[in-house]
Amino acid sequence: MSSREQILATIKKNQPPLVSLPEISQNTMSGLPDERVSKFAAVLEAIGGQVVPVDSWGAIATYVSKQFPLPARTINLVEELANDHPLAVLEKDPHQLESVTLALLKGHFAVAENGAVWITETHLGDRALPFICEHLALIVHANTIVPTMHDAYERIAAGRPYDFGTFIAGPSKTADIEQSLVLGAHGAKTLTLFLLSGASDA
Amino acid sequence: MKATAEPKTKDHAALAGTFNKDEARVDWHDKTLWFVRQKRDKAAWQLPDWEHLRETASQIKHNVLSNLHHYLEAFEKQAQQNGVTVHWAADAEEHNRIVHSIIHKTGITRVVKSKSMLTEECHLNDYLAAQGIDVVDTDLGERIVQLAGEPPSHIVLPCIHWKKEEIGQLFHKHLGTPEGNSDPQFLAAAARVHLRERFMTSPIAITGVNFAIAETGEIVVCTNEGNADLGVQLADVHIACMGIEKIIPQRKHLGVFLRLLARSATGQPITTYSSHFRKPRPGQHMHIVLVDNGRSERLGSADFRSALKCIRCGACMNTCPVYRRSGGHSYHYAIAGPIGSILAPGLDMKKNADLPFASTLCGSCSNVCPVKIDIHDQLYKWRQVLAKNGYVSETKKTGMKGMAFVLSSPGLYRFSGAVGRWFTRYLPFAVNNSLNPWYKQREMPQAPKESFGEWYRKNKKKS
Repeated sequence: MSSREQILATIKKNQPPLVSLPEISQNTMSGLPDERVSKFAAVLEAIGGQVVPVDSWGAIATYVSKQFPLPARTINLVEELANDHPLAVLEKDPHQLESVTLALLKGHFAVAENGAVWITETHLGDRALPFICEHLALIVHANTIVPTMHDAYERIAAGRPYDFGTFIAGPSKTADIEQSLVLGAHGAKTLTLFLLSGASDA
Repeated sequence: MKATAEPKTKDHAALAGTFNKDEARVDWHDKTLWFVRQKRDKAAWQLPDWEHLRETASQIKHNVLSNLHHYLEAFEKQAQQNGVTVHWAADAEEHNRIVHSIIHKTGITRVVKSKSMLTEECHLNDYLAAQGIDVVDTDLGERIVQLAGEPPSHIVLPCIHWKKEEIGQLFHKHLGTPEGNSDPQFLAAAARVHLRERFMTSPIAITGVNFAIAETGEIVVCTNEGNADLGVQLADVHIACMGIEKIIPQRKHLGVFLRLLARSATGQPITTYSSHFRKPRPGQHMHIVLVDNGRSERLGSADFRSALKCIRCGACMNTCPVYRRSGGHSYHYAIAGPIGSILAPGLDMKKNADLPFASTLCGSCSNVCPVKIDIHDQLYKWRQVLAKNGYVSETKKTGMKGMAFVLSSPGLYRFSGAVGRWFTRYLPFAVNNSLNPWYKQREMPQAPKESFGEWYRKNKKKS
């Protein structure tokens, strides 16, 4: 008997009578849209992210030019910013991204309770990009912020299927040395979150 | 490199005794972990439905255990449809062989690994090192203990027992940082540079698995550092190793578990990265190794099966008064603390017979557990099983029998109390000496002149 068959047979023999799955319900905060935005911004700032409220794509482009002047290597994958920051064409080998100073990407939506932004390969260009870049900037429409992770997974279920998706909440960090918080462990050292007010098309 | 647990030489009490010799360090260790426990409390109290969440998580896990056969088959089918190769390992040895054979086929010897308690349980690093494979642990805390030749002392905070000055010294020796520099910011930056080079040159990445979803065949890996993702996204081969109990039924259940996991572990609202790996990227190979190693047997035990609900958050360690003052290495098992103490005897009752006794049975572990495992009840039940099977020492047995004898006779009980009070008052050295283990690291309060019973009888007559 193979290990697979053996393991499955032992489980079948040993598993207890079926216990039904609970319903998932929540009463945390459904929250008004304004409350979601302020909660999201406050939580993200608390975990080391920098929130930049903007009301136009132009404001993002200007901010990026000012904060990351050339010769910083910026990878922009956001079409709306293409006039000021040409759309990047990525090499096939993700190792080539090691020298990227700033990656500029759109998130699908964000979660108020924990400051996380959901992003999948359709917006990532290369799966390695948000992890290997030195600085990461994500753009999220204020009206896409959902209250909790339960709402997040409802939204994910309704969206397009993905091969790889990740929640990113703030910059990479570690507290492994005597519980001292250090931002920038292996991934991005900073996270700038452009919170865009106006209609959503993300 | 001897990166995993040594063969056991001393029991928990002896190892804790060694740790306790440095009182200042014990206090520091205790406070650091209590600080993490307090962060957990603050995070939990911010959610009005925290207790409801714990209950829901517990019920989902009970459903998983009662339907594991179906979920594993469903998961395997989905994962295979996603282009993932699924392997089954009956025990640690088979797991290690499978991982090695995947690596061996590529001819590559440089491997990066992110945190996985399962691979610690299986002693994978030792096995691969013996086969000439160079495995580097990429979580900062795990890298620190790996450089030091130690196993992690905590499942979430692997080097919680190390002081920054010692880490500075270790990095000076291994990474060439300036001697005497112990600034966490500086040391973490040095580790980033050191490990970035490994990420860039390791075509194989091993990761653990936090959750595996039966419905979709995807796995979720959570890190703060981004080390799992950097490893996987730059590698040609991704090997994910998981215990069979990591399965959850549907993706929407992640909403429950991701709300609980980081808040319970460190007090964060969520880890920085929660990555969902469904399909390998084009050209990449992805393997998932499903490991039993005693879990399917444990499933048959009504008393002990619920330990399989564990999501490895470490909250029970941070709150445990014994763990905080005895250190993770005193448990001589890959998973320390209360949860480790109920898991370890299931794997090897003889070797781990001491661990269920490394507890005051205060119940704090069960109270913070995000999936409501009755940890302290199981510690108590393990003691019964161990005693029945003859794994309790003669001294403990004799002591217990003596106590039962005294407590069952009121006259003898009163007499012993009076004798005890007299000795502790007038001849304290007769009991407070090295022959009496109760006095180790303890100072007893001054004994009163009379017992409550004596006082009560006297005062009752007066009124």
